[in-house]
Amino acid sequence: MLNARISVPAVARRGEILTIKTLVSHPMETGFRRDAMNQRIPRNILTEFVCRLDDELVFRVDLHPAISANPYLAFHLRATRSGTLWFLWRDQNGEVTTERRELQVND
Amino acid sequence: MMRGSGGPTKPSRRLWLRRAAGLSLLTLLPRELMATPQEMREAMTAVFGDRPITPGRVQIGLPALAENGNSVRLSVSVDSPMTTEEYVDFIQLFSPENPRPDVARFELSPASGLAQVETRIRISAEQDIVAVAGLSDGSLWSGSAHIVVTEAACIDALI
Repeated sequence: MLNARISVPAVARRGEILTIKTLVSHPMETGFRRDAMNQRIPRNILTEFVCRLDDELVFRVDLHPAISANPYLAFHLRATRSGTLWFLWRDQNGEVTTERRELQVND
Repeated sequence: MMRGSGGPTKPSRRLWLRRAAGLSLLTLLPRELMATPQEMREAMTAVFGDRPITPGRVQIGLPALAENGNSVRLSVSVDSPMTTEEYVDFIQLFSPENPRPDVARFELSPASGLAQVETRIRISAEQDIVAVAGLSDGSLWSGSAHIVVTEAACIDALI
């Protein structure tokens, strides 16, 4: 499991547009760099990020080596209903890190 | 003045050759680490085929000058009401002068409410970053932003 930080309001008014910010600790090694012995440092990256509200897909990203270390992603969500927000990061080997946040939407 | 094996007034041919070799190495290294125009074309064709892409509706927020190319804040916003009838389906981001042109693909939905994303990217050379938005009606729109970078990403471990 990677260390992930998520910024999302716990309570929102119906119809409000929320900003969700995520940050996860990961080197995002590009595979283009060489070490002091001139050996290529192997690629080691996160390849996918997914955000769902319960089982509804809200936002998804394919990441490539051009994304900086400790990937930061910010996006939006229109608050229409309460539910559980699921966050998932997948690395190139299929290892996943997940986080969840409860969202309460009031009228 | 130069102090080579040939003395201060007349540098030897060997020294000159060594310097010339060093110079060409410097110019060759970054070239190896750039996507070619053909790779850029292939990356775009892989996603869009030969569908027409119209300039407009896509704004990229990017500094004109970045001191460090390892982490440059970038935002993309697309002019769209983001309703179930009309929304941005995806935003595809390209860096033509990085080692590989693909940067990221963002998939949105009407639930997004606002077609705007933000991330941090690596920049390894001066270039025009390109974003292409695919809308729910199937149309493709693009925007670009020029960036100059003082200290490039990707090649730091080489030096």
